[in-house]
Amino acid sequence: MTHIDGSDQRGAKPRQTLSTLLYSKSFRTAVTQVVMAAVVIFIGLFLYQNVVENLRAQNIATGFGFLEQTSQFDIGEKMITYSARDSYGRAFVVGLLNTLSVSAAGIFLATLIGFTVGISRISSNWLLSKVATGYVEIVRNIPVILQVIFWSVLLRNLPNARNAVEVYGVGFLTNRGLTFAVPATHPIHSTMGIALVAGIVLAILGSIWARRHRESTGTYVNMLWPSIGLVIGLPVLAWLFGGAPTAISYPVQKGFNFQGGVTISPEFTALLIGIALYASGFIAEIVRAGLQATPKGQIEAARSMGFRPWFVTRYVVLPQALRVIVPPLTSQYVSLIKNSSIAVVVGYPDLVNIGNTVMNQTGQAVEAIAVMMLVYLTISLITSTFMNFYNRLVAIKER
Amino acid sequence: MTTQSQHAPKMATPLEPVMQFDPNAKVPFAKWVQKHLFTSLWQSLMTLVVAALLLRFAWFVLKWGVIDAVFYTPDPDVCRAAAGACWAVIVEKHRPMLFGLYPYDEHWRLVIMMVVYLSTIVASLMPKLWNFKILIPLWILSVTSIGILMFGGVLGLVYVPTSEWGGLPLTMILFSGTVLIGMPVAVVLALGRRSPMPVARGVSVVFIEALRGVPLITILFVAVNVFPLFLPAGVEVNKLLRITVGIAIFFACYQAEVIRGGLQAIPTGQYEAAASLNMSYWQTTRKIILPQALRISLPAITNHIIAAMKNTSFVIIIGLFDILTATTAVMQDPLWRRYYIEAYLFVAAVYLFFGYALSLYARQVEKWINSGRI
Amino acid sequence: MNKDFKLKTALCAIGLATLGSAGFADSGDTLASVKERGEVLCGVHPARHGFAAPNSKGHWDGFEVDYCHAIAAAVFGDADKVRFVALSSQQRFPAIQSGEVDVLVRNVTATLGRDTALGLNFAPPIFYTGTGFLVHADSGVKTVEDLDGATICVAPGSTTERNVAQIFATRGMDYTPVVIENNKQLVDAYVTGRCDALTKDKAALPGVRAYDTENPAEHVLLPGIFSKEPLAAAVRQGDDQWYDLVKWVTYATFNAEELGVTSENADDMKSSDNVDIQSLLGVTGDYGSKLGVSEDWAYNVITQVGNYAEIYARHFGPGSPVELDRDLNTLWVDGGLLYGFPIK
Repeated sequence: MTHIDGSDQRGAKPRQTLSTLLYSKSFRTAVTQVVMAAVVIFIGLFLYQNVVENLRAQNIATGFGFLEQTSQFDIGEKMITYSARDSYGRAFVVGLLNTLSVSAAGIFLATLIGFTVGISRISSNWLLSKVATGYVEIVRNIPVILQVIFWSVLLRNLPNARNAVEVYGVGFLTNRGLTFAVPATHPIHSTMGIALVAGIVLAILGSIWARRHRESTGTYVNMLWPSIGLVIGLPVLAWLFGGAPTAISYPVQKGFNFQGGVTISPEFTALLIGIALYASGFIAEIVRAGLQATPKGQIEAARSMGFRPWFVTRYVVLPQALRVIVPPLTSQYVSLIKNSSIAVVVGYPDLVNIGNTVMNQTGQAVEAIAVMMLVYLTISLITSTFMNFYNRLVAIKER
Repeated sequence: MTTQSQHAPKMATPLEPVMQFDPNAKVPFAKWVQKHLFTSLWQSLMTLVVAALLLRFAWFVLKWGVIDAVFYTPDPDVCRAAAGACWAVIVEKHRPMLFGLYPYDEHWRLVIMMVVYLSTIVASLMPKLWNFKILIPLWILSVTSIGILMFGGVLGLVYVPTSEWGGLPLTMILFSGTVLIGMPVAVVLALGRRSPMPVARGVSVVFIEALRGVPLITILFVAVNVFPLFLPAGVEVNKLLRITVGIAIFFACYQAEVIRGGLQAIPTGQYEAAASLNMSYWQTTRKIILPQALRISLPAITNHIIAAMKNTSFVIIIGLFDILTATTAVMQDPLWRRYYIEAYLFVAAVYLFFGYALSLYARQVEKWINSGRI
Repeated sequence: MNKDFKLKTALCAIGLATLGSAGFADSGDTLASVKERGEVLCGVHPARHGFAAPNSKGHWDGFEVDYCHAIAAAVFGDADKVRFVALSSQQRFPAIQSGEVDVLVRNVTATLGRDTALGLNFAPPIFYTGTGFLVHADSGVKTVEDLDGATICVAPGSTTERNVAQIFATRGMDYTPVVIENNKQLVDAYVTGRCDALTKDKAALPGVRAYDTENPAEHVLLPGIFSKEPLAAAVRQGDDQWYDLVKWVTYATFNAEELGVTSENADDMKSSDNVDIQSLLGVTGDYGSKLGVSEDWAYNVITQVGNYAEIYARHFGPGSPVELDRDLNTLWVDGGLLYGFPIK
């Protein structure tokens, strides 16, 4: 018989003693975390104290004020104007732009080569696939620094300016770089640039429209030729509008160098080839894995419906393959951007190289390295944010 | 109602041969060539073009590398006169290339060290010997003997400080230091990132993301230039140790992500079963979770270990004399300067050899896992 | 004791052992830590012929190398108790700041910026030189003014880098710098013709021409000195005793040459009546103990390494591969810049 009175023990909390507290998991977890946080904070403070103390004892300057001081050194390759009278901060910006330019060119080249080799690897042609496999094994296993140094020494040993190798009459190949003719600067070029960007945007919008149209009505609209027309046609229209300027700036050997034309330095080229080939090996493997990840049944089903091979590739294989390819591909891109920091070995003035010089001229190692690390960290965080966004966009939405 | 005979398969009469499928039949060579190389017009064209380029390249390599090459001569002028490769530069310079700045008379110690090291590694890679009772004494023995051989100072050997170590032995030491220090740290970081405790998770995430986003060069700069400032006045830590720890931590951050992938692939049922047996967090992790997670992520782990071997070449930037730095330094000799291609090919061959050996081993380990042997 | 506990204890022990492997030395007391270590750690150039270069067997030789030997002789009485650490132009300052080396005798130009922002103290300069240019003989360049628009190879983080910018700016000339840290790659870039000119301290260029080029006759040093480059030994700030020692070892070599004391006659000179010689050689006075070393510190330096003239002649004298005139590197009594402070 149950007693209905205030002494009913069911549902009452057990007595809290010290031992129950000590054995309770949540208490111990909380204590562990507090201890962990305290240790981390303590270590952080300890290190900070030491740094401040050491820097003070040796009278080494601190703070970021050095970014405004005159740098007093020149930089060989720059995308914006810079001279020895500009500040260290501007020198860092020059370095950053150099890093981005070699990385962008590297990403383009690596993707091109990587996709080609990756597709070749799963080709039914035995010879082609074996050659592609050999290529991938070689470029992946040789350290990227060795590749970059090899190319830089190779390019440095090209004939010097006096014995330049002529390239189709419009350029020269020397150990100072590849110099070739470009159209002389004309005000219409900026308009052409805008037209190019507009053409690309319109082409993308057109493809989105074509996809929506296909999904709602079922008719396929081939946007390939219209897209090419937009991307090429709009700049050409702008060029015609500007009076069709045809003046070309030819390189002419004068004194020590070439006047006119554009020169791509051997340091840039060596770095570009080295990091692009290295990354292309990994990209080839990623592409291969992506293409092989499409279940064979998909391709067979599409073929059995009578679609042609290019159609199957474009609308069945590629979307599924890209889902698998894009995440590791973006991390390879970030890896390529970080590999461009090897420029310090070949003398290309990228961010790390210039940071190194600044570190030495001012003695402020902590601040200079902090700037370099922050820039790369930002680049990599931006990339992973975009990749997470893309992943969520193309993730298979299960019911 | 259909009779059986209407649906029975068409039986072959005795006069018609039955096509039997023989899985072991060898495809005749001509048929194989046609199937793999000349399937269609486009394929045939590609085969011909690739074959032509390949043959031309192979002939060039043969001519330059073997037929016209000079294999041994102490006189650089002989090499200059030859049209082909000058492999004599390797014979002439292999000592500084392989051993760096290590005192010339003590190179025999380095040779012994490499033999000890390689045999220890090969022994550790055989599953038959995977027993802590064997591995730990083996490693303690080899680390001690390698230490004695490299440092010297005892047993009548000349003392050689770490600043003079170089070449291939230095690459090996950096590589094993990276893996030995990095793997435990990676496991701890991966577990921390998946930990139910927010503080542990936060610290792990910040650590991993921060160090994965920066290039290895900046970490080496920190190890060389900034780390001494972190220590209280008067405390010095050996430069080689700092650099090894730097590369190891960088390696650990990448490896932690890989192991985390493996940890995520383990079904919750495993955790629940362990909890129902009243196993503590560490017992569960050590006996149930980690073995499975490591097996799952083993291919990616081995990939990163192979990459770690290549990452040791980054020390050229901070002036440590590994095999690549030593080669670049050696090639400045004005008499032999123009034969840099042969020297770099030699170094590339060394890296290729080790990388290929490691990847063969990785494939073997995958086979063992798939067959349940480990 | 369960297995987990044993594992944790083992891990703790390993951790402590690793920590314990860190060396301990008193900062601010370099002399004590040098004596305890038993050798001087000297930061030098990886290969600047005449100043500091290793031969194929790893034995270091050079003008700056001899000054390292001199410091060791003063501290230990044995000039061989020194270990050389090769440092690139980017590594040299972090190395001395972090304590990796005790003294930097590495072609370091004493400037205000380095004296203050880098936290260094400079001993009296042992070599006065300036910026120089090495060009290809067939380029037709005769003076610096001919280098307008040229490509110049220069090492990063050096005063040379700034000087070149200044030299060209003041003359209104243009140039393209090629900046490579690795000295060997830098010289290689010049030799292959990637650069029109190589710029370094003028005293370093004859060594480059003699040793690092295939045909020294194909390279020419441009006339003229374009900046002030007083090369001096550098030590960390915050350690006056060590700084004093390095400073006075330098002055001792100057004074020895001025007083005519050489490694050959030092023994005889001990019985000289000249008060200055007596103080120098430790016959009178307790200057050694004031510096924290033995009384015959200068005597050891002179007998085991030599006075300034002997050291100079050994590496830059007539008949050596890198022959340099003494120019400004002569005693004040001969019209030069070497002035040894009195040891009294």
